[in-house]
Amino acid sequence: MYALRQWSVRNSRKLEWLYQCFEGILVALHPFWLWVGYTRIEKPIRAIERSVKSAMFDCRMCGSCVLSQTGMSCPMNCPKELRNGPCGGVRSDGRCEVESEIRCVWVDAWEGSQRMRDQTRIAQVQPPLAQGHRGRSSWLREVRIKRDLRFFKRDA
Amino acid sequence: MHSVNSSDPGQPLPILEGHVSAGRLERVLRSGKFAVTAEIAPPDAADGEAVYRRASMFDGCVDAINATDGSGANCHMSSVGVCSLLTRKGYAMVMQVSCRDRNRIAIQGDVLGAAAMGVTNILCLTGDGVQAGDQPDAKPVFDLDCISLLQTVTAMRDQGEFLSGRKLTTPPRVFLGAAANPFGPPLDYRPVRLEKKINAGAQFVQTQYCFDLERLRTYMMRVRDMGLTERCYILVGVGPMPSARTAAWVRDNVPGVHIPDPVIKRLLDARDQREEGVRICVEIIQAVREIEGVHGIHIMAYKQEERVREIVTESGVLEGRTPWYPGVGNDHCGQQK
Repeated sequence: MYALRQWSVRNSRKLEWLYQCFEGILVALHPFWLWVGYTRIEKPIRAIERSVKSAMFDCRMCGSCVLSQTGMSCPMNCPKELRNGPCGGVRSDGRCEVESEIRCVWVDAWEGSQRMRDQTRIAQVQPPLAQGHRGRSSWLREVRIKRDLRFFKRDA
Repeated sequence: MHSVNSSDPGQPLPILEGHVSAGRLERVLRSGKFAVTAEIAPPDAADGEAVYRRASMFDGCVDAINATDGSGANCHMSSVGVCSLLTRKGYAMVMQVSCRDRNRIAIQGDVLGAAAMGVTNILCLTGDGVQAGDQPDAKPVFDLDCISLLQTVTAMRDQGEFLSGRKLTTPPRVFLGAAANPFGPPLDYRPVRLEKKINAGAQFVQTQYCFDLERLRTYMMRVRDMGLTERCYILVGVGPMPSARTAAWVRDNVPGVHIPDPVIKRLLDARDQREEGVRICVEIIQAVREIEGVHGIHIMAYKQEERVREIVTESGVLEGRTPWYPGVGNDHCGQQK
């Protein structure tokens, strides 16, 4: 929903705080996720993640969420799916080159990022998107990265 | 390895200490000279002669030629094709790679192929959206974006490995560039984006058309304050507009080009608009050259390629230097022997 997405960018600072708390809870629940099994929990968590994030950010479930680094404006809504900043084609009034009826998601992202506590995160270089993560829960992935590094080592 | 013979452009030059490529553009920039590059219009023809003819228009007035990759999302001869032809003659090429049409597998393969063909400069671009071109029903790829592309090619060159980590036997020795648009919103973010591109591996940038000197000066001031002019060479994009009508059309229809009203007014009031367009271009080049931290210009004279020589000569930016071109007996940095 476009209006709600705009609201999220305007309130990026509050959402940043909320997200940090929420992440703490998810990470703390790691033993519980392990007990239930990450594979088994993936489906329900993914369903919750999808409904919450599509309502608030028009989330596209790329599986590698970077909202906290893009001012709470989801970069996957860019028609070119740019994850590292706006292209050179942004119109002079800040609208998108491809879909002229929407504002450039990166114009929003820049404004959102400047309201956040950590304003420098938007300058971080994002690696190419792992297309294989699309459609999967990025919340659970984050928890595993933070708590279960061994899993990723074995995976690699 | 080939033996090095500076009189034969077909042979690679030695890579100088501290350089990443064997190319002349890197040599010119690193030696502190004001560099000139120009864009070649790739033909809509399976014809090498057409490419040679177009390139020869720039003989002796540019340090490197940009081969565009489906610019404006219009289909033309590929940049790999144009570069392969022109490197055979010894031209210094800047191969443009856009993320619109190919995924990471295809792009990394093209980088290797191009470097093997003698391409020493690669410009990493996001690319215009498919809606801008003559085939809007095409599937936009955008598997990488310009910054992750820069990162990918940098890793191929410096770590000698593909994105997957698989090792290369011979890494591509290329000087890496990116585009920059100091004139598009969000203006405050543009210098940050340049820094991001430099962090990802950009060693030179070519900017979008400059018609607004004030906006460029503000941008350059910020860029200098951030110390970016020490880490990257900046070539400002310029070009002649053939008429006020074209200029207005470009402003309204070409994504990312900003042309202020006084420029269009000046064209409109001129007796000969085409000549006035060239004069404006020369004046902009002369003004741009005075800006601290600008290391060169990039001329985009779409459908007016024959005027490039005149523009370069009149602006005096080469300071008597003649860049190497096929058939001339000077060394590769433009010093007559």
